[in-house]
Amino acid sequence: MELKTFRRGVHPHDGKELSNKAAIKTLNPEPGELVTIPMSQHIGAPCEPIVKPGERVLVGQKIGEAKAFVSSPVHASVSGTVKFVKPVLTPGGAMVNSVIIENDGEFEEAPEQIDAEKAIDKIKAAGIVGMGGAGFPTHVKLSPGPDSKITDIIVNAAECEPYLTCDHRCMVERGGELVDGLKIMLKLFPGAKGHIGIEANKPDAIAEMEKLTKDDSDISVVALKCKYPQGSEKQLISAITGREVPSGALPAAVGCIVDNVATVMAIRAAVSDGKALTRRVVTVTGDAVVSPSNFDVPLGMTYAKLIEAAGGFKEDPAKVISGGPMMGIALHDTEVPVTKTTSGILCLTKKAAEIPPESNCIRCGKCVEHCPMGLMPLYLNSDTLAGDDDAFIAHHGIDCIECGSCSFICPAKRQLAQSIRVNKRAVMAKLRAKGGK
Amino acid sequence: MNKLVVSSTPHIRSNDSVQRIMLDVIIALAPATVAGIVLHNHSLNAAITVAISIIACVFFEALFQKIAKQPCTISDLSAVVTGLLLAMNLPETSPFWMPIVGAFFSIIVAKQLFGGLGQNFINPALAGRAFLLAAYPTNMTGSSAFGPARFQTVADAATYATPLASLKEGGAAVTTTDIVNGFLGNVGGTIGETCAVLLILGGIYLIVRKVISWRIPVVYIATVFIFMLIFGRNGAGDFLGAINELVVGGLMLGAFFMATDYASSPVTPVGQLIMGFGCGVLTSIIRLWGGYPEGVSYSILLMNLCVPLIDRFTAPKIFGEVKKQ
Repeated sequence: MELKTFRRGVHPHDGKELSNKAAIKTLNPEPGELVTIPMSQHIGAPCEPIVKPGERVLVGQKIGEAKAFVSSPVHASVSGTVKFVKPVLTPGGAMVNSVIIENDGEFEEAPEQIDAEKAIDKIKAAGIVGMGGAGFPTHVKLSPGPDSKITDIIVNAAECEPYLTCDHRCMVERGGELVDGLKIMLKLFPGAKGHIGIEANKPDAIAEMEKLTKDDSDISVVALKCKYPQGSEKQLISAITGREVPSGALPAAVGCIVDNVATVMAIRAAVSDGKALTRRVVTVTGDAVVSPSNFDVPLGMTYAKLIEAAGGFKEDPAKVISGGPMMGIALHDTEVPVTKTTSGILCLTKKAAEIPPESNCIRCGKCVEHCPMGLMPLYLNSDTLAGDDDAFIAHHGIDCIECGSCSFICPAKRQLAQSIRVNKRAVMAKLRAKGGK
Repeated sequence: MNKLVVSSTPHIRSNDSVQRIMLDVIIALAPATVAGIVLHNHSLNAAITVAISIIACVFFEALFQKIAKQPCTISDLSAVVTGLLLAMNLPETSPFWMPIVGAFFSIIVAKQLFGGLGQNFINPALAGRAFLLAAYPTNMTGSSAFGPARFQTVADAATYATPLASLKEGGAAVTTTDIVNGFLGNVGGTIGETCAVLLILGGIYLIVRKVISWRIPVVYIATVFIFMLIFGRNGAGDFLGAINELVVGGLMLGAFFMATDYASSPVTPVGQLIMGFGCGVLTSIIRLWGGYPEGVSYSILLMNLCVPLIDRFTAPKIFGEVKKQ
């Protein structure tokens, strides 16, 4: 079988053997346990809480109202009593206003979770955002504007981040829901083709999806080479369609919409079953965890509870990461809630988490050879250290997707992606300030 | 629970390290060095020269970093590589002070004064060699510097000339025996440049280990071959003559190990092709029409100077590049 892929990229050890055989286990909080629902689990305006302490809420009941177009409502994930509405530490590191609910253990569902007729409005009302990690509101993505002709809907099932297996397990165990979700999306864009892009290290998922789609002529399952960052939106589009999203443009510019596995499954639940997004599958893994697992959990349970359910720590972890090791966020506290974008909790021992000291750039050119965006990270790094914004822009620093391939591959262990990320934000802020005048 | 480490992504790194890369270069150079020592007539002198050169390079690096109050980086093995390469570029009859002077120039002047590893704009070992060549021409290339190799049969050892020198003087036509001797290292020359076959194997090792790319050496060698095939010595090129040009002199050492020096070669793929081509053309021009019999060192040094410009104009096309209106 010919595997499709993009240019350049790196091959980190995928670590998926720890949890890719672990069937999804449903995990629920105990009666009396608190769940924390942050009002901002997405890119865009935070929600405003519409419940007060003391109020009883039901599963799927809207508790945070999205007032802007680029925003997404949030719903209660358990039934119980609202205890507090207050800022809470979230996995992203920010204190976010949150509704804290005491679980009554009933899991009583709200009868009317979604008040909408059209599919796109249901998706909006269900609070669906990009569950791969970015958290971009899905209804915005699915409303590309009248100028864009969408020809391809791509399910991002690459799961190229090492260690994460939640999408893999969902495809193997709940593949039908994924296919139904994709069909709903295809109906929104008549004439569009569906693609499910899966990395070759998930042969059982590829086989399952091929079986489930064998009678659907407009859906193809695409086996992808196992290479990071295969699941980066632009790289995935390039691998599957051969099209390059122009610098500064969105996938819709080349007729594509990309959504990850969990997101597409949430679309099905919203449109077919009228269910709000209140649960997700989370991988708890890493060499510091006793039994790496995949859990189906209500949003708002703490990371600490999930780690406990996975048997706790084998040895003291040096690092706990929300997400994968390439782009996930290192946490300083595990008392943070699972959000819509929590794909995994990765616990690494001191050995695995070691940060080697930086040494001089030896100009080996490996970062240039491997950058999936065709950039020259070594020069972006030196531009950053020299404070030369003009050179940084001329070297296309703004196009960096922050995938971390350069830092991963660098034999001198330089903090390439780290420095570029910081400077990119600073330079973009300066450009915006200039543009605003 | 103890405190958790918080850092920016990515959280995992490849197993590559500078030390491992330098070790690979040393592994790749070792067979040709040993062969060079064994096949030369002054084996003991050659072996001591290699040892002194390596020790001196490491010493000067440590000394500079001590005086400059910088962290000591000799464990990255880069100074060992420089010392080894410098020695390979010296004649077997080198007086023992010569590698020390060369090491001083290589490490202190060419490398550390410009910022240390990765910051040097020319190849340190070649800079050391060029300095010695300019300062002590008799010791470096004089009539007594080179003798025939251990198993070489020549009419008169006292008036022995290296293959390139005799070609320069318009020696006899090249035979397949000449080529075989050059390929196996049964000819005169500097300590490390003579055994072409082991240098090629070392180079292939580095390419397989992904320490270097094929681009510079392959284009370099191919350019010399084609150039010599077209122009050749005495006004016309011939196939045997062109093949011979590849196995004699420092071409294999230069193409695989010197022109590919990270710090002084382009990081862009297209730039590496240009580097190889430029080195090939300059080497051929110097060999054919220049004042020196050999042009590998100077061609690489000259191309080193062009590297910032080459990198600048050969930046890869970025993903989704939008043409400026």
